[in-house]
Amino acid sequence: MKKSIFKGLTLLPFTAAPALAQEGGSIDQAVNAAFATATGPFVSFIFAPIPGTSFPWIVMWLVIAASVFTLYFGFIQIRGFRHSIQLVKGDYSDPEDAGEVSHFQALATALSGTVGLGNIAGVAVAVGIGGPGATFWMILAGLLGMASKFTECTLGVKYRNEYPDGTVSGGPMYYLSKGFRERGLPGGKVLAFLFSVFCILGALGGGNMFQANQAHAQISGIVGDFPGWITGIVFAVIVFAVIVGGIKSIANVTEKVVPFMGILYVLTALVILIMNFDKIGWAFGQIFEGAFTGLGVAGGIVGALIQGFKRAAFSNEAGVGSAAIAHSAVRTKEPITEGLVSLLEPLIDTVIICTMTALVITISGLLIMDPATGNFVLDGSTIKTVGDVSGVSLTSAAFAEGFSWFPYILAIAVILFAFSTMISWSYYGLKAWTYLFGEGKTTEVIFKVIFCVFIVIGAAASLGPVIDFSDAAIFAMAVVNITGLYFLMPIVRKELGSYMERLKSGEIRRFKH
Amino acid sequence: MTAKILIGLDGSEAGDRAVAFAKQLAALIGDCELIALFVIEWSPYSFQTAEENAERHKRREAEIAAAEERVINPAIDALKAEGFAVRGLVKHGHVADLLNSTAVSEGASQIVVARSGERGLASRVFGTSTAHLAMTSEVPVTIVG
Repeated sequence: MKKSIFKGLTLLPFTAAPALAQEGGSIDQAVNAAFATATGPFVSFIFAPIPGTSFPWIVMWLVIAASVFTLYFGFIQIRGFRHSIQLVKGDYSDPEDAGEVSHFQALATALSGTVGLGNIAGVAVAVGIGGPGATFWMILAGLLGMASKFTECTLGVKYRNEYPDGTVSGGPMYYLSKGFRERGLPGGKVLAFLFSVFCILGALGGGNMFQANQAHAQISGIVGDFPGWITGIVFAVIVFAVIVGGIKSIANVTEKVVPFMGILYVLTALVILIMNFDKIGWAFGQIFEGAFTGLGVAGGIVGALIQGFKRAAFSNEAGVGSAAIAHSAVRTKEPITEGLVSLLEPLIDTVIICTMTALVITISGLLIMDPATGNFVLDGSTIKTVGDVSGVSLTSAAFAEGFSWFPYILAIAVILFAFSTMISWSYYGLKAWTYLFGEGKTTEVIFKVIFCVFIVIGAAASLGPVIDFSDAAIFAMAVVNITGLYFLMPIVRKELGSYMERLKSGEIRRFKH
Repeated sequence: MTAKILIGLDGSEAGDRAVAFAKQLAALIGDCELIALFVIEWSPYSFQTAEENAERHKRREAEIAAAEERVINPAIDALKAEGFAVRGLVKHGHVADLLNSTAVSEGASQIVVARSGERGLASRVFGTSTAHLAMTSEVPVTIVG
């Protein structure tokens, strides 16, 4: 079984070859056509609507899960918030553990995998289709998603593998198999297996192709149009140098520059908002009105809601399970502490950064509105924009309304975000890959080479099929992960109860630093 | 009551100068224990990749082992051979903060460090570790020139 999947995954990038020969057109078009055909059925299944409605079942799946976890853990995102800040500050970190991975570092690493194009391009896609109203649902999804993240990251630490050489491996594949076994439930290994397969696809989709695609869009927007495969090959070579060649210095520089770019992005958005202070009230009005009326967007309120929830999930990955892989490396005796820290992730990623992007796009006036009706003018299913821009180009144009030079900064930010997200997801994908095929140098290199091939495909394919496949692969991870979380959440509640009791009694104490 | 002197070592010639001065003090005091501390500069707020995080525990152990083998153990062996009572410690963190907190927790009556000659823009802007220690220490500090 392992062998056939291995073969299937290995062959996937090369199924484009016959189409390449037939098309006779540009490499880009050929790759795009072959890609859309190869991934179409998978995408259609994941986004199939609930019978009799236009609501994709997968969006409902995520919303229900986040709501269930919110209620089950008694609004942990509110009652645990203060303590999670204390944990990130290191108030409860034992000085004897200095030198180990801190809560802050685990959070920052996980954030560098999520903060990126989802916040820049993804929000533009949501607002471009669902209108400003999508922002409201995005914020709501972010707030609810904090509980999903809490659940999965607690389990990630609790059931991680600690090897004799001191390295750790964690994530849904480990808690699904070990947790189910501990509870005497069947099917844990099957879920772990399915999660690993989808995680590999997610790493190749959202964690790779979407990043390469949007980075190319940004670069070509500045230097002029040129074939996507060129960007793809440049990116692939650099990523290859880091993940296969072990040139850590490139990754180290990126890891230090990315947070700086993130802060610069938020600060610039804040300055633009302050400069347009008089429009903020109006923008929030649009967000609320759009959330409950749709303001003429395709699909109305449901259209805005679907876009908001979809893009929030794609951006903060709550319920997807990827963060559990990143958070599991922290040094702590209390898994619940990492769960509490991780709930800050959707807050920073979605509620703060995504909202900033959405507000800047809304106040930029680039979304064309019919003054007579007050509704948006549609171009097919998307809102017509000034300059006919979409995705990352829409965000870039919106920021340029405030600062004409910002597209250049944004281009650098997009490239760095894309790169850092690729590095993060190459690790998540690798962990899933080694879970399936075993640890070993050769198996690792095979995955890393496939990962690099997909960078070229992602940069060459057009936005539509890439975004659809990225979403589908990531949401497929959420299907398996959340199924497991429902069965394992009593374990988390028990841990939470015990921890809170000991915290209250003073058994868990603050350290003087 | 045994007096305790904390010596800051950094693996360089500066550490040797600190040890030499601490020995003089210990000889004068008589009943004195020397504690040699090597600090591995580390911040809980630095940024790392997921792979680095996964390997962090292993690397921490390797860093401690290397510091003990190259700096602490040779210093302790030499001091013991000369008849001094001595212990060694290796810790991760900020140099000045850890020298101070260790001196306080160990009940040391003095910290001895040497000027390490840190140069470059960072030390000009943020000051050197020894300058920081001199400004913030709760325990008397001797900085050997």
